[in-house]
Amino acid sequence: MSAPASFTPVMPGSAAPEAPAPTTPKRVPNRGGTPNPSAAAIAAQFPGAVVRTEVIWGETNVYVDRARVLDIVRWLHDDPSQRYDYLSDVTAVEFRDPEQPMQVVWHLRSLPYRRFLRLKAELPKGEPLEVPSVWSVYKGADWLERECYDMFGIRFAGHADLRRILMWEQYHEGHPLRKDFPLRGRFSRAEQLRQALAANPEARYSMEELTIAQAFEDIPEDMQRRLAKGERTGE
Amino acid sequence: MGLMPRPDTTVTTYDPASHESWIATRLDFLVNWSRANSLWPMPFGTACCAIEFMATAASRFDLARFGMERMSFSPRQADVLICAGRVPFKLAPVLRRIWQQMPQPKWCISMGACASSGGMFDNYAVVQGIDTIIPVDVYVPGCPPRPEGLMYGIMLLQEKVKRERMGDTRLRQEIEPDPTSGLYIPPQAIDELSEPFGNSVHQTRSGL
Repeated sequence: MSAPASFTPVMPGSAAPEAPAPTTPKRVPNRGGTPNPSAAAIAAQFPGAVVRTEVIWGETNVYVDRARVLDIVRWLHDDPSQRYDYLSDVTAVEFRDPEQPMQVVWHLRSLPYRRFLRLKAELPKGEPLEVPSVWSVYKGADWLERECYDMFGIRFAGHADLRRILMWEQYHEGHPLRKDFPLRGRFSRAEQLRQALAANPEARYSMEELTIAQAFEDIPEDMQRRLAKGERTGE
Repeated sequence: MGLMPRPDTTVTTYDPASHESWIATRLDFLVNWSRANSLWPMPFGTACCAIEFMATAASRFDLARFGMERMSFSPRQADVLICAGRVPFKLAPVLRRIWQQMPQPKWCISMGACASSGGMFDNYAVVQGIDTIIPVDVYVPGCPPRPEGLMYGIMLLQEKVKRERMGDTRLRQEIEPDPTSGLYIPPQAIDELSEPFGNSVHQTRSGL
């Protein structure tokens, strides 16, 4: 893989030049308001996939069928009328009410159209916590999904390297942001410390992960020249 | 022909005009005096305490007055580890390894509430006091401590260094952790040390 020959930055609002300049919204209602036009477009493009749509504080939440998340996100990313080119976050919500299902949330932003869309998928009770990974569309989803897996235990099907990112690899007390996780952890302090000290902080990181050699083709030319001359960085 | 009288070795003569300078002292005092006034700190800054530590090292408070202006970012040339900030469990083996890499004689200052006791982070991720990982000489309270507070801790450490006796070999022995658990102190002691302070039990179990 090599870097693209020329890189054209996306100017915000470039796809809708006739639209008025953005202003800070005033008196935004809690419920209701103008929905993001992408919500209706998803419903038209994927019949039966949209569970419901709501507008809260001026932002549009679209609840979708979790099995079709990847198709929808890919379409939102690729379609010239949507162009959601930035995934700002992947996270999850667990409610204190045990009856309420867990939600996985994707925050999508379209720079060319100046749109923000929040996709949500509900994970029904009693079923495995698994949703499709959007890693094949946004490479930036890699660490976001790993964090979501680490903290909530939600598996992202199709993620190439789904492992813990905040807690260490050998951590097996559970997933800390779940409601049934005690704040101080499950083990005694001495046991937690024993396990933490037994962990080798360098065990999981291979040289491939730490070296720049693999990324050599992707880095800018001047950096390539400097590295080829033997310059060392980061030491 | 006659024999020279043997010089009297019990008497030392000193001629002020010769400008010879010399000093008589105890070895303990000399070594401790030089050690205490040239402590090279290894800053282990993980949080806001490190900002105060930087302020301490900067020109206004001027750590150089204590012979500490040379920050040793390599543990192998360091004398005193200043742990400034909270230490999560994931960082515990790193801190322990840095401590083990420091050569004797070495000391440790635990700066701030989080490093000393876990502070407000009584949760699953944070070590409840670095004294459960490495031996600590001076605890500096505060959240974060002001530079004056840290300097007071440093002066206490200097006092401690100046009172050491070279004959006491026990002082400079490396403490080996227990091979099975990897802990310095018994697990019961760690659990007792990590007991929540005050009413924090009720804060975390609010009944909601």
